[in-house]
Amino acid sequence: MRMLWWQNIPLFLIVAPLMGAVVCSALKEKAARGVMTALSALTVCGMALVLAFTAARQESCVYPMGEVGAPFGNELRFGAVEGIAGLGFSLVILLSVLGGWRSLTRDVPENKRHLYAAMVCLLTAAMSAMVFTNDLFTAYVFIEITTIASCALISATDHGRTLFGAARYMLMNLLGSGLFLLGVSTLYCLTGHLLFPQLQESVKDLLDRDKYLTPLYLSFVLMTLGIAIKSALYPFHTWLPNAYASTTPTSSALLSSLISKMYIFLLIKIFFRAAGAQVFDRDIRNFLLGFAVAGMVLGSVDAIVERHLSRMVAYSSVAQIGYIFLGISLGTEAGMAAALFHMLVHAAAKCMLFLSAGKLREVSGMGDGFRDVRGAGFRAPLAGAAFAAGACSLVGVPLLGGFPSKIYLAQAGIALGGWRMGVVLAALAVSTALHVMYMLRTAVLLYAGDGDARRPEKSPLRKDPCFTAAMLALLGLNVLLGIGSRPIMEAILQGIALFS
Amino acid sequence: MLEMLERHMDEVTALVLFGIGFTTLLLNKNLFKKIIGFSMMDSGIYLFLASYGYIESRVAPIYEGGITDPRHYGNPLPAGLVLTGIVVGVSVTAIMLGLTVRLYRRYGTLDMDEIAELVRKEGK
Repeated sequence: MRMLWWQNIPLFLIVAPLMGAVVCSALKEKAARGVMTALSALTVCGMALVLAFTAARQESCVYPMGEVGAPFGNELRFGAVEGIAGLGFSLVILLSVLGGWRSLTRDVPENKRHLYAAMVCLLTAAMSAMVFTNDLFTAYVFIEITTIASCALISATDHGRTLFGAARYMLMNLLGSGLFLLGVSTLYCLTGHLLFPQLQESVKDLLDRDKYLTPLYLSFVLMTLGIAIKSALYPFHTWLPNAYASTTPTSSALLSSLISKMYIFLLIKIFFRAAGAQVFDRDIRNFLLGFAVAGMVLGSVDAIVERHLSRMVAYSSVAQIGYIFLGISLGTEAGMAAALFHMLVHAAAKCMLFLSAGKLREVSGMGDGFRDVRGAGFRAPLAGAAFAAGACSLVGVPLLGGFPSKIYLAQAGIALGGWRMGVVLAALAVSTALHVMYMLRTAVLLYAGDGDARRPEKSPLRKDPCFTAAMLALLGLNVLLGIGSRPIMEAILQGIALFS
Repeated sequence: MLEMLERHMDEVTALVLFGIGFTTLLLNKNLFKKIIGFSMMDSGIYLFLASYGYIESRVAPIYEGGITDPRHYGNPLPAGLVLTGIVVGVSVTAIMLGLTVRLYRRYGTLDMDEIAELVRKEGK
């Protein structure tokens, strides 16, 4: 088959940011920032092109690296699903870097900012690679690259709490990677393959012949457990609040709306492309469902108890990760599509919440306890509006992304029927009620207070056109996901049909 | 039972190593020992992979002397995976050690619980 020109794009989306990371580390701050922003913008364009071409041709393509095909070579694979996820992820990178750089110049010492840019480039490369790769071991390598980059992003700010958070984050992540690698190795020893299509064939063969079933299940359980730890599914979330809440807003936004989602996207690929539906049978699914429901409810309870803005937003991530795992655990195409859609919605909303929370903290004398941010919506109008909109989206107010995504999750649950329908609907209802309690309460708090609290402070509120642009873009993105959910959902479903 | 253990000596050793490393990483309070645990855990997995690639009575997969029969050679791929894994493990260990140095300079201890206590006091 002759290669079309656009089929080379995914490879460049991995290689260019990798080179960019090397270049950035040798540049001065301003130049490094330019390179990083240009590369993230380029990635957005590239992802959009991939999505446009694959959606127009209604097919998915495989790119054999170095023209060594399966089963020995390494492959990239791209279709509509990869395009949509990649586009969402790269937009998040671009916007959080744009919107948070001003706060970053305050939080990160000057001699480290070019390295921060290098780490963002590394993250971009890892994101592209994890979205496109068709090979389990390559995925593992880029998981570790992500871990390293994210640890550097957290510990860029030199506070004790941040360092401690980064250490906890690293330790939990190392446990997760260890389990994942053991799972990969076991699976490789059983099947002798690492590429997803070949894996699926061998797994199916093993199942048909009824051989090695226990190690086979074990390998998938290990991989799931590893990714669950790394993406902070409920009982494994203890590292999360310190890591997310104490660092600079850009890092928090990237961590919660990008990094944990990348792992989950990989898990979806493993389940549906490497395992096939049979392995992913009821037991594993029911376990995941239990964890997901626990996360949706108990994560929200943690958030209600919390009295600090960014820590509350961090805990709400636990609940939202629960939503995504809920969609995956249903095991149907509709459930997976709902999970993917919720991934986009949550990424857009959480990125906005963290960036605006950073700004609100800045205008409240660097404190983000609820007492400090009282009336902060008047002191920083755009950040306040963005926070309120993000909160509404996560609660599920119509016209914003969270509303259709909850409907899709509920529909997927209803289509399944039985006791699981009840569990899904009850979990959604309870979690939404809890979200109303903490999200809307906080949004109202931002506009409470007497005249004294409303007065804008002079010094910290400088003009920040990048922040304004990023916030407006994110607001637009949230509304777009809310209003235009149907075409996006159709594209996802179409892509899923070509997925396995 | 004993016979099976003997037959799968490599795998059993690998899993025991993995288990020791994993529990050390999870439960030990000392940051430095946690890192040692991580290295042991990874080594366990490398041993597991490497033993899979080694096939009794076959030679290393280096093309020599014109023998083209694939049954003459062992499996080269696991060695490649182990090599990649070692590189990944080294870089993760390096960054973890760097973080430990920064924490030690700040708090003067390697005990995670003590550091947590100090961080909590600092926050107030």
